[in-house]
Amino acid sequence: MNLLDLSALELGAKIQSRQIRVEEAVRACLSRMEALEGVLHAFVTVTPEAALERARDVQRRIDSGELTHPLAGVPMAVKDVFSTKGVRTTCASKMLSEYVPVFDATAVKKLEAIGAVCLGKTNMDEFAMGSSTESSFFGATRNPWDPARVPGGSSGGSAAAVAAREVFYALGSDTGGSIRQPASFCGVTGIKPTYGAVSRFGLLAYASSLDQIGPIALDAADAAAVTAAIMGRDALDSTSVDAPAPGVPRGDALDGLRVGIPEDYFGEGLQQEVRARVMEAAHVLEGLGARLVPVRMPVLAYAVPAYYVLACAEASSNLSRYDGVKLGFRPKNTQGLHDLYVAARSEGFGAEVRRRIMLGAFALSSGYYDAYYKKALQVRTLIKRGFDACFEQADVLLTPAAPTTAYPLGFHAEDPIRMYLGDIYTVSVNMAGLPGLVMPCGFDAEGLPVGAQLIGRAFGEQALLNCAHAYQQHTSWHRQRPLCGQGKEA
Amino acid sequence: MEITDGLIAYVAELAHLKLDDAQRAKARDDLARMIGYVDQLAEIDTEGVEPMSHVFPVKNVFREDEVRESMDREAILKNAPEKKDGCFVVPRTVE
Repeated sequence: MNLLDLSALELGAKIQSRQIRVEEAVRACLSRMEALEGVLHAFVTVTPEAALERARDVQRRIDSGELTHPLAGVPMAVKDVFSTKGVRTTCASKMLSEYVPVFDATAVKKLEAIGAVCLGKTNMDEFAMGSSTESSFFGATRNPWDPARVPGGSSGGSAAAVAAREVFYALGSDTGGSIRQPASFCGVTGIKPTYGAVSRFGLLAYASSLDQIGPIALDAADAAAVTAAIMGRDALDSTSVDAPAPGVPRGDALDGLRVGIPEDYFGEGLQQEVRARVMEAAHVLEGLGARLVPVRMPVLAYAVPAYYVLACAEASSNLSRYDGVKLGFRPKNTQGLHDLYVAARSEGFGAEVRRRIMLGAFALSSGYYDAYYKKALQVRTLIKRGFDACFEQADVLLTPAAPTTAYPLGFHAEDPIRMYLGDIYTVSVNMAGLPGLVMPCGFDAEGLPVGAQLIGRAFGEQALLNCAHAYQQHTSWHRQRPLCGQGKEA
Repeated sequence: MEITDGLIAYVAELAHLKLDDAQRAKARDDLARMIGYVDQLAEIDTEGVEPMSHVFPVKNVFREDEVRESMDREAILKNAPEKKDGCFVVPRTVE
């Protein structure tokens, strides 16, 4: 048996039963990374010494009976947007390329408490702004299924690392699809929980009313375990709430579950094979006892423009804190305080970040505020109402995760709006604060994974996880392994 | 809408960003395209629709005003690009 073939929970069980030692698991992951990182570049920072020391400490606490969590000792990774005490946290930006936080994000702290062993920080689009992980200051991450293609983004490093079995799960963040779209492109399972379910303390903010934290994992059972471990109210994030943490997903039949199929999600612009795979998934759910119900979400067409106005507006405000004074990049030879601010930001931020900050500053500026920012907030209300209406007829919604499978690197370099349109199926879920899960549901003709998205009611994580788990009990897409550019099974 | 050099200069000023000539031309092109794209929001009727800045009605989250341990000064200054005598150093602002 190769331990890298196990899921996180399977490995955790073997660690608890002393069949596998934590250090052995960590070393297996580190050698896997050594073999693949030259091709994939899923990590910004790898911390092997700290991980091995941590492995021995966790092993002692498992042996003493102190750590009994099913995920104790399982190697994992954290997107480089989470503050990690003593470990460089860059947001994949020149601005923060030497920033070493003095505290941990709450989600990181919670995983540490259950005995997680972190191997490093994963690559991402700069400040989580992008859908391809190409805007990283440290260079792009490659898709394990085809290294000439992007892994999706912004949590592309986390998705690629899990798909390639460099780690057993990874934390991501999702503002408009940044967990779900890379999970789709890399053939893994990711969940963005309901807004407020997970504390955002220590997450470097992009758009605070939309940002949410969640896991990228090998299957729904693993995703449920990680989600349950990081949820809960936190005094350090006043938007966090106490919500029922998901239990172990049930694999039983889906009798009577009403699965809404919003036809607006299957319209123009959707790759034919993606439509076919998602509809096949719908019929698998139907075979398990679910009832497919047609629903409508007519406001969907306006979700992307409204999202970009709101996300960029919040980003322009959030990122104004980076000024070269308290932390981050500081240029030399500036003329006075104002010049220091301007020079630090102009040299410290990459092109996509500057572009979004400027759009946001425009949308919030006097004279344009009503036409853009306020209008987008009204569209947000309409999106929420649209989902409310869908959930009167359905318990969960099934949609594609993205209109296409993974595209080649550089594909959208000339026209960012085309890349933004790839977020059409995911952004509305953030605007309404709902939970969304993406699971692999097959491949296109080029052998690239296709992802299906399940959308639930607020705090309905359990229903999504049950549905995905039942699906995965009857399919094997989530067990397929990429070649990672190795030409044969690596 | 027309994106003028004046508008670009104004937005760059608000954003605390400096643009060279090539970047300014690119920004004008980018902003024109992005604003042109988001302008489709005007098509949708939002008469009488309440704007929603936050999805859940959570407001006024209070806590007791207790004296608590805070981060020490050394930790806060640890990442400062320039510091002196327990303070952040910035360029002189008053003559």
